[in-house]
Amino acid sequence: MPKANVTFEKLGVTVSVPAGTRLIEISEKVGASITYGCREGECGTCIMKIVSGMEHMSERSVLEDKVLQENMAGSSHRLACQAQVLGGDITVKA
Amino acid sequence: MNATPNAVELAPGTHWIGALDPALREFDIILKTANGTTYNSYCVRGDNGVAIIDTVKASHAGEFFTRLEQVARYDEISTIVLNHLEPDHSGALPELMRRAPQAKLYISAKAQLMLKALVKTDDLQFNVVETGDRVELGGRTLHFFSTPFLHWPDTQCTLVEEQGILFSGDVFGCHFCDPRLFNDKVGDFRFSFEYYYQHIMRPFREHVLEALELLEPLELKTIAPAHGPILRDAPQSYLQRYKQLAAPLLHNEVGANDKSLLVFYISSYGNTALMAQAVAEGAETEAGVRVSLYDLQASGGLPFVDLIEEADGIAIGSPTINGDAVKPVWDLLSSLAVIKVRDKLGASFGSYGWSGEAINMIEDRLRGLKLRVPVKGVRAKLIPNEEEMQRCRDLGKQLAQHLTGNLQRRVISMSELLSQEQSHA
Repeated sequence: MPKANVTFEKLGVTVSVPAGTRLIEISEKVGASITYGCREGECGTCIMKIVSGMEHMSERSVLEDKVLQENMAGSSHRLACQAQVLGGDITVKA
Repeated sequence: MNATPNAVELAPGTHWIGALDPALREFDIILKTANGTTYNSYCVRGDNGVAIIDTVKASHAGEFFTRLEQVARYDEISTIVLNHLEPDHSGALPELMRRAPQAKLYISAKAQLMLKALVKTDDLQFNVVETGDRVELGGRTLHFFSTPFLHWPDTQCTLVEEQGILFSGDVFGCHFCDPRLFNDKVGDFRFSFEYYYQHIMRPFREHVLEALELLEPLELKTIAPAHGPILRDAPQSYLQRYKQLAAPLLHNEVGANDKSLLVFYISSYGNTALMAQAVAEGAETEAGVRVSLYDLQASGGLPFVDLIEEADGIAIGSPTINGDAVKPVWDLLSSLAVIKVRDKLGASFGSYGWSGEAINMIEDRLRGLKLRVPVKGVRAKLIPNEEEMQRCRDLGKQLAQHLTGNLQRRVISMSELLSQEQSHA
């Protein structure tokens, strides 16, 4: 199964995960300081910054795109509950 | 003065047209208001138009419109500025927009979503402004300053350049109701000013300091906040006081490069206390970390908030009683809303008799407060054995290494993470 390596910059931890894993599944287990709200891509609480490796993330859905825009998040932000890692190396600011 | 609500002149053509709420005893559930509050709004007349700065709580709209009508006609209003969109300042906005449909509305970028949530119309027109943007009223110029997070994301200040009057929104305000309005005439409001800062602005002190950099160079003759007295006597002294209040409380108690780890615990039979001691011992083996140990049983809760504000990390030990952490722990954790704790390091540990849920619950709460919780907490059934005591020392050591940055970057697989989770549960 393809793997992705997700590095949590502030925690100093890299987690090797199966491709397709959602960021929230990893960040919750690793103890990152991300707050979660609805977990369904609606509230915008779990916005996180992708430091590098955005090209290894799933495309934004229409819903995620709308919520990010409403929260004036830049192009380097994603919703942890929606974004999936697809492979390669990804670093997040958390 | 309340019998006939009068507009009050601040400077030629500029009036206070707000509302008094002397009967209010509690504001927004969280603040005591021993003599009520005011909702300050202002009217600025230029040669080519009239601006209204902020409105009032909906329940006090009548008083606001009565005062407004004494100094302007609705068809003269060209400009409405909202420095902050909380309902106590935007409550009368929909009615004002209905009465003055030609007026252009000016808000900060971050106020847009809040405005849409407050004014439920689809064709809402507004202008977004930021620092440096100006609106000319003819002989009067409104100059906007973006001052976010004082105390909401949307907050901004508006200066009348020709008169040196700063409409500051909630910053420099307080809940103090005195119809004499001006700081050189009202009663002693120093307590209210400080109380307001401590409860409203304190979590945002970094943003307070940023805003002061922006505002200090201005030649201010008057600070006109959205609550409480208008500060026309020595306005700069209030900026200085904010600077003092926003500075760290505990200068140099910990060496400039040292990190501070606070270990809090509460213990029924001394077992969690033993674990706390071990966490502290483990942390102390790491150079550059100063460790402090506190028993929550001896606290009223409040003094620890100041310590935590200055600390880099906190570890909290609690027994589990009836499936929960104990009340002094929740009291401590619920008192942290008035300070910034985001990204501090957090951890939990404790002894238990039956099930030991407290540790996970505390960790969840710490994460909810946006602390980093990178090291799994330690649980021990009743009296900790040597292996469990060693795990406590390891916990302390790892926390200290996280603080100093000496922790080797870990690489871990998802399946290892999951198995850790299961062994912990």
